[in-house]
Amino acid sequence: MRVALFSTCIVDAMYPRVAQATVEILERLGHEVVFPQGQTCCSQMHANSGYFDDAYQVVKTHVQAFEEWDFDAIVAPSGSCVASLGHQQPMLAERAGDSAIAKSAADLAARSFELSQFLIDVCGITNAAEQLGSYFPGSVTYHSSCHGMRLLGLGSRQEDLIRTVEGLEYTRIEGLDQCCGFGGTFSFKNADTSGAMVADKVANIEKTGASVCTGGDASCLMNIGGALSRKGSPVQTVHFAEILASTKEKPLQVSGPVSITAGGK
Amino acid sequence: MSTTALGMPTVRHGVGNIFEFEPFPEYAEKELKNEQLRANLGFATHKIRDKRAAVINELPDWQDLRTAGSMIKQKVMANLDTYLQEFEKNFTAKGGHVHWARDANEANEIALRLIREQGVTEVNKIKSMATAETGLNEFLEEHGISAIETDLAEEIVQLGEDRPSHILVPAIHRNRTEIRDIFRKKIEGVNPDLSDDPAELAEASRFRLREKFLTNKVAISGVNFGIAETGTMTIVESEGNGRMCLTLPETLITFMGIEKILPTTQDYEVFLQLLPRSSTGERMNPYTSMWTGVTPGDGPQNLHVILMDNGRTAALADQVGRQALHCIRCSACMNVCPVYERAGGHAYGSTYPGPIGAILTPQLGGIEEQYNSTLPFASSLCGACYEACPVKINIPDVLVHLRGKAVDLEKAQGEFEGGKKDRHIQMDAMMFGAKTLFTSGKLLSLATRGLPASRLITGRSHKISKLPGIVGGWTDYRDIPEPPKSSFRNDWKKERGEAPKRVGGERVDLQALIAANQGKLAEAHAKAEAANPIVKEAK
Repeated sequence: MRVALFSTCIVDAMYPRVAQATVEILERLGHEVVFPQGQTCCSQMHANSGYFDDAYQVVKTHVQAFEEWDFDAIVAPSGSCVASLGHQQPMLAERAGDSAIAKSAADLAARSFELSQFLIDVCGITNAAEQLGSYFPGSVTYHSSCHGMRLLGLGSRQEDLIRTVEGLEYTRIEGLDQCCGFGGTFSFKNADTSGAMVADKVANIEKTGASVCTGGDASCLMNIGGALSRKGSPVQTVHFAEILASTKEKPLQVSGPVSITAGGK
Repeated sequence: MSTTALGMPTVRHGVGNIFEFEPFPEYAEKELKNEQLRANLGFATHKIRDKRAAVINELPDWQDLRTAGSMIKQKVMANLDTYLQEFEKNFTAKGGHVHWARDANEANEIALRLIREQGVTEVNKIKSMATAETGLNEFLEEHGISAIETDLAEEIVQLGEDRPSHILVPAIHRNRTEIRDIFRKKIEGVNPDLSDDPAELAEASRFRLREKFLTNKVAISGVNFGIAETGTMTIVESEGNGRMCLTLPETLITFMGIEKILPTTQDYEVFLQLLPRSSTGERMNPYTSMWTGVTPGDGPQNLHVILMDNGRTAALADQVGRQALHCIRCSACMNVCPVYERAGGHAYGSTYPGPIGAILTPQLGGIEEQYNSTLPFASSLCGACYEACPVKINIPDVLVHLRGKAVDLEKAQGEFEGGKKDRHIQMDAMMFGAKTLFTSGKLLSLATRGLPASRLITGRSHKISKLPGIVGGWTDYRDIPEPPKSSFRNDWKKERGEAPKRVGGERVDLQALIAANQGKLAEAHAKAEAANPIVKEAK
């Protein structure tokens, strides 16, 4: 299959290792991965802040960037951004009176998948250790980000794949379905409420005794990781793509105060 | 006959307690410092949350019920004019009197006139959101009439000279000890050694209210639903104090928002399943009262209803926002809301707190009024409210829709009246900068070449701990990790170069693959259970 990677803006700029890990998993399964260079962002930051006109411009950029390419599916390492493609992009284009872009956005969204969705529903992966060679010795807990869980309906997909990684010891967090407090611009526009939310999330993570907290959205992990770092906690945050990409030959190295280096690359 | 076009009526917003008088973030910051409040709220919301989840999980058709509830409400809103007139006709035919109020002030004036006609200075009240919205108690007080709240929690709030902070459990911010202190101070003739035992507290309240029920001749109520086909009014409640108010007085005056209509008695069946489970987490509420007109020799003989608009028609005019009028005031959204749980109900200013308040208040009172425009931003858009809503109000979608209105308004006005201008300028600049980058992959590629420079800021700690301006809110609570040496797009270009954009050929049939893999999620889940069973959640 020819897969177009939608890296998402935050992964592109802040966590390239997550995109690298996603590529590694897809190539391991024999897919050809391409990266349309014109891509930028899903438009959520503008849309959810109420800047709809700007958001429409970003939607148009996304649609045009991907329409230049031939591919079978789009894969992104984010539940939130993928949910936004189908849920918000057509609405934003319609609102701007551009029904052609609205239709293209809906068509592209129908071919876009969050990583765990693609692996299970499209590729039929049910065991990360056996089918992806995933190996990560360590104690892990997981945060299920709200948009993936509620808007996209990912259910237990990410958690199930994580739990089948060889060597991994899993503990579920109390209040798994509770928001970490990120919420995009909410995190600084309502900084105190957001701060109280992430403080509770971090406390629950620490109660698991895990040394790594993983998840499917780099934005939530940046929020959680930033709060852990501020607290001086030794717990590290890692995207689940990095754990799935980790193998016995090229294990994921978790080190340093907040920086994590993917092995191999 | 010739017709004259009168034009569209102007949108008329409501008045009363539907305003946020301080920006939400500032109000919330103060409330967050109150440790007792946070502890009370956390305990109470989690308890109701768990109870609700348990009774909902036992219904196999819960999602169908939600859909039915949503569709009935959509039908009501689409034909509201017809149903209201049908209701008026039937309520009147059975001996009741119907009054129409354009806003809260008119509703209060009508109630005052009706009370004065009875020559009394004290009236009993059943818990009602509509009268809280109009500020009826304070209005009557100014005109020499005492309104006695007979719902236990409303009584606590009234005696404590406090404001409700939750629509179902108005005293959720108070714990037992605080309630005991209020009762000791405010209930005449109460045992001075009153303990904080719930049974003793309830007895103290009963002692005070029993006399009021037996002597006051006028009562005021709200209503849960008004049924158009019969003119029947209904109230569901837990304590039975409402039943006393509805049956014992000679005069009953009911405040009813115009959106509370149901077309038929059969529709009521859906809501009687949805409401108790969503609000108190009970399968059925203890007291369900229905009254249809006047019955000679039994119950109130002087029966009134005040049909109140107060901004509801304005909300109805908004195609996306109007679903807020579907609300049945169950409070499930606030019980599951992570923002409400921490900031508390008072931070929302209005009678309607929590997620529903954040979309209802700006629509009823006007988003341009006071600080109502800050309410739609008081959410992380986590979606827990939508998931819990028994009538499927898509609160996150309406929040985002209203954020758009707030930004458009700001652009039109230059600044919000009384708002902090500098914050909006920073926000506008940030959004403009991001838009510029996000509308060009090439520009983004150039910009991310500057990433190594940002490592100068992070220095030896490999993190950013203090940022200026509005984004300083982020670093008040969290660090930012050291940015990478290079962006993914630039690495990719360097390592992989350009692949051909067009390769032609048949596209893989994704839907066929998905259909073939239908059982894979269950399989993955079973394998996960075998590999790493979830024995129990960490406590």
